[in-house]
Amino acid sequence: MPTKPDTSSDTSSDGPATPSLLEVRDLSVHFELRGGTLSRLFGRDTGTIKAVDGVNLALRPGEVVGLVGESGSGKSTLGRALLGLVPATDGSIHLREQNIADLGRRQLREIRQVVQMVFQDPNAALNPSMTVEDAVADALRVHGVRSASERRTRVVEALDRVGLSPVELFLSKYPRDLSGGQKQRVVLARAIVLDPELLVADEPVSMLDMSVRAKILQLMLDLKSDLGLTYVYITHDLATAKYFCDRIAIMYLGRIVEIGSTEEIFATPRHPYTKALLAAIPEPDPDRMVPRDLPRGEIPDAAQPPIGCAFHPRCPEAVAGCGWESRDLRALLEEHWLRADVAFEDEQKVIGDLEHLDTPSTSATLGTGGSVEVRAILDRMKAEDSTEPLWSGVTSIEDAGSGVTVHFEPAPAPALRRAGGVEVACVLYPDTGDAADRGRA
Amino acid sequence: MAIDLNDEVVAAGAHGPVISARDVRVWYGTTRGAIRAVDGVSFDLAPGETMGLVGESGCGKSTLGRGLMGLLPEGAKRDGQVLFRGRDIFSLSPKAAYQMRGRELGMIFQEPLTRLNPLMRISQHFEETIKQHEPDLSKNEIRERALEVLRLMGIPPTRYRSYPHEFSGGMRQRLMIALALVLRPAFVVADEPTTALDVLVEAQIVQILNDLRRNFQTSLLLITHNVGIVAEACDRVAVMYAGRIVEQGTVTEVFKKPQHPYTRELLRSTISLTTTGLNYIPGAPPDLIDPPDGCRFHPRCPAAMNVCAEKNPVNIERPGGGRVECWLVGPDDQVPAGGKQPLKREELTVADEA
Repeated sequence: MPTKPDTSSDTSSDGPATPSLLEVRDLSVHFELRGGTLSRLFGRDTGTIKAVDGVNLALRPGEVVGLVGESGSGKSTLGRALLGLVPATDGSIHLREQNIADLGRRQLREIRQVVQMVFQDPNAALNPSMTVEDAVADALRVHGVRSASERRTRVVEALDRVGLSPVELFLSKYPRDLSGGQKQRVVLARAIVLDPELLVADEPVSMLDMSVRAKILQLMLDLKSDLGLTYVYITHDLATAKYFCDRIAIMYLGRIVEIGSTEEIFATPRHPYTKALLAAIPEPDPDRMVPRDLPRGEIPDAAQPPIGCAFHPRCPEAVAGCGWESRDLRALLEEHWLRADVAFEDEQKVIGDLEHLDTPSTSATLGTGGSVEVRAILDRMKAEDSTEPLWSGVTSIEDAGSGVTVHFEPAPAPALRRAGGVEVACVLYPDTGDAADRGRA
Repeated sequence: MAIDLNDEVVAAGAHGPVISARDVRVWYGTTRGAIRAVDGVSFDLAPGETMGLVGESGCGKSTLGRGLMGLLPEGAKRDGQVLFRGRDIFSLSPKAAYQMRGRELGMIFQEPLTRLNPLMRISQHFEETIKQHEPDLSKNEIRERALEVLRLMGIPPTRYRSYPHEFSGGMRQRLMIALALVLRPAFVVADEPTTALDVLVEAQIVQILNDLRRNFQTSLLLITHNVGIVAEACDRVAVMYAGRIVEQGTVTEVFKKPQHPYTRELLRSTISLTTTGLNYIPGAPPDLIDPPDGCRFHPRCPAAMNVCAEKNPVNIERPGGGRVECWLVGPDDQVPAGGKQPLKREELTVADEA
């Protein structure tokens, strides 16, 4: 069933070689954690957040690409990097011939005549002491339109385009006089007033009421066909992305884990994370039940991402080669202690402290109450849930002092590989080829 | 289940409703006049039942939830009758109301981080909450009770002595739910409990709320703007528009055969995975200081008739069960002559658009 208006051009992920409007290659954006004064003084490593970690993406003119993921997935940082709002640590962003990652402030300002941004929260994006006219005209002033009458003409034209008419009524209004939808229209007017080619829209409708969201999305579609815009649509909401985007990149912890045409991603989601996101969207259908096999936990700490595949601790389809490690063992122990029939206090005495397991490692030493007792607890855990994939990733369990050391199979992070018409970064799709020969390890 | 709203709920029988609200009004005084945020709302909530309260921002749904709890800001007034197991909680003394909150009436807020004290361990939060109502309990008994609730929320016992900042957003919301439920209140208001959360975590919390009735026999009023969450977690739904409940009934009935045009348009404007075209409701919700005459939805209603602009719609039994107030449904004998003609009106200017 087609879920998109016919206006969208055919853009399958391996379409003909149209020259890209924008090409992102191996882009990384890392943020150094500052740590305490002492650690900085002694040059101690305080850690790095890899907000974007080796992303490749090409935008063809006129297409809508969705960046979808939970908070902390790096989607907004990637979007900001496209405008040079955050410095790239590594890699390149080519807007035609220019590499945005190399440009200085002045040159970036020129770039922003071509690439503009729409922010999530219109309350924060609009200066409360600026009228609508000032706010939209400010973009023109910054970009050197000196004639006041020309500024006014262009502001009126932009406001008219975003449906704020009669324009005279809105020019002198302040953001506080406007409803949420109207404010977002002003933000859109400010973004299009410079006649850009690419709009990066960061959650443009998620602050709005359901009944207004469709209006703003429709407006964005109209603007796209009227002005020939290309969009990067950043969202956590797969439902609007399905309607709005030609291609979708699913992001998790700084990486693209699945990318392809919207049709194929929704028809045959391959990455377990994509499947989970799709299953979790609440549908207004009373016959549908809450999904039971939801991924456990939440998006992990980006300063210390999981070993191997970043999604494996939450993955309902995880296997032996996903990169199991010490923190997973801790999580499993804590989950085991949630059971009503487990003598938590007695077992905790045998296992002892868990804090040291938080240091990522493919071997974990634990236990203070004797290796036999610790092994007994581990065996009970295994018996409770024999389908738990962590155990398949255990290569050996050795006695170590009054406890044991559990060794896990080391595994690299999976790279993006072709599977069917899309690309997926998951050990379940090891080879280039179609989905039929996906081999479970 | 048809409820005769004119009947007085007599005693708190074993099968009677836990909460029975009649003609509840809440208004805020402003320099421009009174904002009638909740304007004559009536509903019943059975033991162990979950009712979803949906509507756009500013429709009064949060105000209604806080009004029921007696947690309104200064300057707000409330009126009407709310019976909790037969006792009128709107006429209680402040002290009696204070004692009732927590033990009998619980509340779950939207932003858990702003509701947890950053300097207090989770254990201290539980000690404080429980001691308020049961001062004789020992620390160990408190710990046992707390761990039991935390276990049902999926928080491991090893985290009992942690501080709020050591938890993730979803875990904090679980903590809030655990704190609200540890005293086993019979009625809980959850105000947008998942709005600040990511979609996967939201689904986890919806699952927990869905299990409440099995684990705690708690009646829940779930305030949300997300009709999808209502469909998944609620038995009944009340649709609120401009301070009034315009339609209520079982989720299956209301969502499959919406009787009120607002319910229908709200469902149609929701973007879901099955959306094939964008629909939206023209115009914006009315000013609650001076709401439109007649039906408050008539300026935006695609099916508005002459009568809708003149007479307030009557609250009648909904075909298929529940209540609805819309002239399209009836009662026909109260519609004046010519009242069923489509309403002629000026085109909505975009100036009125949201």
